[in-house]
Amino acid sequence: MWLDALLLADSTLRLATPLILCAMAGLVSERAGVIDIGLEGKLLASAFAAAAAASLTGSAWAGLTAALAASASMAALHGFACITHRGEQIISGVAINILASGLTVVLGIALFRQGGQTPLLGPEERFSPILLPGSESLREIPGFGPFWAELASGHSLPVYLALASVPLVWWLLWHTTFGLRLRAVGEMPNAVDSAGVSVVWLRYRGVLIAGLLCGLAGAFLSTAHGAGFVREMSAGKGYIALAAMIFGKWRPWPVLGACLLFGFLEAAGARLQGTELPVIGEVPIEFVLVLPYVATVILLAGFFGKAVPPRALGVPYRKER
Amino acid sequence: MTSPAIRLRGITKRFGPVVANDAVDLEVAPGTIHGIIGENGAGKSTLVSILYGFYEADSGTMEIAGTPAQIRDSADAIGHGIGMVHQHFMLVPNATVLENVMLGAEGGFLLSEGRAATRTILAELARDYGLEVDPDAVVGSLPVGLQQRVEILKALRRGAEVLILDEPTGVLTPAETDRFFEILRSLRDRGVTVLLITHKLREIMEVTDAVSVMRQGRMVAHRKTSETSREELAELMVGRKVVLSVERLAAEAGETALAAQGLAWRDAQGVARLTDVSLEIRAGEILGLAGVSGNGQSELLDLLSGITPLQTGEIRLGERQITPRAPCGPAGMRDLGLAHVPEDRHLRGLLLGFEARESAVLGYHDGPATGTGRWLSPRTMARHCAQLMQRFDVRPDNPRLRTAGFSGGNQQKLVLAREIEQAPKVLLIGQPTRGVDIGGIEFIHRRIMEMKAAGTAVLLVSVELDEIMGLADRIAVMNAGRIVGTVDRTEADIQTIGLMMAGVTGTETAAAGADA
Amino acid sequence: MSRLPPWADLGLLPAINLALAFAVAATVVALIGEDPLEALSVMIQGAFVYEGAIGYTLYYTTNFIFTGLAVAVAFQAKLFNIGGEGQAYLGGLGALVVCLALDPWLPGLLVIPVAVAGAALFGAAWAAVPGWLQAHRGSHIVITTIMFNFIAAGTMVALLAGPLMRPGQSSPESREVAEGARLPFVHDLAGAVGIEMGRSPLNLSFLIALAACVLVWVLIWRTRWGFRLRTIGESEPAAVYAGIGVPGMVVAAMALSGAIAGLMATNEVMGAQGKMVLNFTSGYGFTGIAVALMGRAHPLGVVLAALLFGALYQGGAELDFEFQTITREMVLLIQGLIILFSGALALMFVPWLSRLIGRA
Repeated sequence: MWLDALLLADSTLRLATPLILCAMAGLVSERAGVIDIGLEGKLLASAFAAAAAASLTGSAWAGLTAALAASASMAALHGFACITHRGEQIISGVAINILASGLTVVLGIALFRQGGQTPLLGPEERFSPILLPGSESLREIPGFGPFWAELASGHSLPVYLALASVPLVWWLLWHTTFGLRLRAVGEMPNAVDSAGVSVVWLRYRGVLIAGLLCGLAGAFLSTAHGAGFVREMSAGKGYIALAAMIFGKWRPWPVLGACLLFGFLEAAGARLQGTELPVIGEVPIEFVLVLPYVATVILLAGFFGKAVPPRALGVPYRKER
Repeated sequence: MTSPAIRLRGITKRFGPVVANDAVDLEVAPGTIHGIIGENGAGKSTLVSILYGFYEADSGTMEIAGTPAQIRDSADAIGHGIGMVHQHFMLVPNATVLENVMLGAEGGFLLSEGRAATRTILAELARDYGLEVDPDAVVGSLPVGLQQRVEILKALRRGAEVLILDEPTGVLTPAETDRFFEILRSLRDRGVTVLLITHKLREIMEVTDAVSVMRQGRMVAHRKTSETSREELAELMVGRKVVLSVERLAAEAGETALAAQGLAWRDAQGVARLTDVSLEIRAGEILGLAGVSGNGQSELLDLLSGITPLQTGEIRLGERQITPRAPCGPAGMRDLGLAHVPEDRHLRGLLLGFEARESAVLGYHDGPATGTGRWLSPRTMARHCAQLMQRFDVRPDNPRLRTAGFSGGNQQKLVLAREIEQAPKVLLIGQPTRGVDIGGIEFIHRRIMEMKAAGTAVLLVSVELDEIMGLADRIAVMNAGRIVGTVDRTEADIQTIGLMMAGVTGTETAAAGADA
Repeated sequence: MSRLPPWADLGLLPAINLALAFAVAATVVALIGEDPLEALSVMIQGAFVYEGAIGYTLYYTTNFIFTGLAVAVAFQAKLFNIGGEGQAYLGGLGALVVCLALDPWLPGLLVIPVAVAGAALFGAAWAAVPGWLQAHRGSHIVITTIMFNFIAAGTMVALLAGPLMRPGQSSPESREVAEGARLPFVHDLAGAVGIEMGRSPLNLSFLIALAACVLVWVLIWRTRWGFRLRTIGESEPAAVYAGIGVPGMVVAAMALSGAIAGLMATNEVMGAQGKMVLNFTSGYGFTGIAVALMGRAHPLGVVLAALLFGALYQGGAELDFEFQTITREMVLLIQGLIILFSGALALMFVPWLSRLIGRA
């Protein structure tokens, strides 16, 4: 029973990893006042870039670098459209998502001729599980041993980075000067402007940080969780992350909670498939999988607590009144 | 002699065809409280926005403390020791006082360093100037008086030697205002130069050392406060404008067509915008509603036209009684014979991206002007619009032209034509000649007069005192959400009304007159 | 902001934006090591020249007219309905339920109109809910419609793998709709009157799509209701001033938009496929955004843009056969670029163009 729970928690953590990174990305961007529905596209593009670069160079690190670069350049494009040209942020996000869908397959086929997939990555080309000290020797200790060995140990680097990203984002936004300005620019850009700080540059930085976090998530998908890129491998995770970000009301710790909850639903759904539950009988996994979306809709409608987005979210900044 | 804290020479700023500042000169002596007074739209806010780097002047020079200054953005202004408290606060509502004060001057990468330092500074400022405020309070939860204090603290924290205050007392209660003036005095006593922008004569007289008067984008006078009087300033502010003569048409005032009783209204933040407003307009009468804009006229028009639902009080339109429980929306009001020329024709009165014929039916789109049955007939609409254009001399008389393509005057004629053609029993008109050229003004004034002669009850809201004096039979003056008094045209003079507009009540006016 | 004369605004600017999208796509093709011009010629041949090609092109066009028109209608009310995908999916459910329930009992001619109405109704309902949530609860319509896409997808998988699954089958798809209750193929109709035509999935829903365009045009520009809808899109304060009930119109505009998206199902479920298969909407709903942006939210523009995308899709399929390295996903790339250049960056060239025209 304890082991079952640990295994479930373990897969929850793995499934939540890309959600956490993307949701933190969305949080940083939207706290700066720029809507980011392009999380999905950046995730997909960087997953491809990571696998492609890892496969071509034989190094997982080269893959990670490529992922960060790919995602950051898409973020820069978003910034160019929305911040510099004051374009519609949602339309730009949709464009990025579709662009990523097309570009990954086109480039994938051109580079590898495997129908849009990258070749299967070898151990050197992936981030392998990290065994924490004592995961074997402590295994026999009842309770803690299995916890340490099964849940805490044995994840790849991006998983730990994802967990670290939450306190990091929290610290950056609430404990640094940059964070104070970033949050202010998403609420009252004219307050920032009148304080003599550049609104444009702050927003660009917010958007670029979001790009880097998505890049890490993409690298996780194709070079840690999976062993290569397959078409549409982001599979809506960017959107679930968006939902988690809203569900956590744009605050790092609650967002982490939402990501873990949504990851748990997916993990539990997979395990429940085909099994009969007492009273309700067999639950189609699809109903479990749509729960994050349903929950987000209900939350947004203000039926339990109100999710208040940053005040200036989606509004391009114009100096002239 | 020390050089002035601020010296402006020939500052000119145009917004398209509008000259907001026309070769403005200004000199402010250091360590004084200097007032700039003028009506709304006189160019005061533009001038200080240039000083603070929000706008760049088209021409002119600036000197700060004797050295020539180029101020391109707010960072430059802050660098020159200029701080500003904006009319609409530039505060992050969900951040704390401390965070707001720190913003832009945090002092280090980590907030913790700056926090401690800012706390100390805040404590000092509180002691020196009596600017107490809880540093850990969330700004949005503070009353406006304290929010303003935060704005001042922000400026002082950055070492402002010149503090600009743009209409600072508009949001304050009388008691808060008194407290605020004490703070200004203590700032001055410690060497800070204060530039106070206001339209309120009382404040100028009470707190400033010197005053500059602006009118229509120009600087018209500089005075030492001790050597001037309210009356002189009122006259300088309002000026002796070219009075456009409208031939007054006689009309027998008939039955009461529109009456409001005890209207009160609070905005979403719970701030009272209207308090106990009652008025009555009879058929064949023009009631002018004078006042500096932002004193509740817009809110009153919204209530009377049905755009905002009533909260307290009641309205009687003809036979119909409208109360908070028996509401009536804009469409219902129109059916009852009320027409409304809105104050902001761009935002509300017209559909700028649509053709003129479409703007010409806005609000009456369910009536015969658009077609029959459920259908919309472009031809009927064009014919209707062409008629309006002909009767109201709208040029170019092309119903298919985009509404935004017409000049301000012609747009306004189109709105007026649309509303007047309905032969309403009651006509509400907000700012009928804002942005309209001289020829257009005359035409519009004549039409309003003709409406009255035809027996319509007209409520005329305008910030142009001349306009109200020229057209209205009775004049009600609004200040701070109340009707301060109502005067008959025959007994009204521009100075008395100007003083009432500036918040001096009828009795005070009498007292001021006795002093003089 | 500077304004352009109509010919530049409606002709030159979209042309520049489109050209830019194609130029970037061509660069990608060249980088891959293929000849962009050759790829273009393959696409044009694939879309218009080969036997049955035009039929296929128009078949795709049909889908894009529906989804593009749906987005366009919402745009007129300044609402961004990003949920065409889910609404089309639910529209399929509406059509399918009617067909499955009635086709054993009633003649096809009676089933078809009810099924078409079912598609529209289900699509409308699926869009009206986000509309209502925005109008009355303040939820952002974009986020809600995105969420509704996923909820629709999940629900339909559950239904197709469950109660709707064809008996005795293990793949998630419905049984086929009775022959008589299906929209006839155009090549069959042509054959019946003696005209030889290449086989293609093009069916009578194409006419429904064109009729929808005309109806929408009439509704939006020739009825009082349409005036109200356009007015809330142009200026909400003006609409309130004019006494138009904004919340009601928001719900109604979304319902209309959803109904049109739902009608896309007639092309697939009642036409080309004759049954419902998993993910039959396959991204057409998102393409609708590009179509509406390209077509400037006007029915005529939507038809032209849908034709462009129909040709791109059909021609793109041809890329698969002719090249080893370029596939139909090239079209997805072009689509993304078009949304970028004619949507998010639409105004990038306006200052430059207006200066150019002003000087000339």
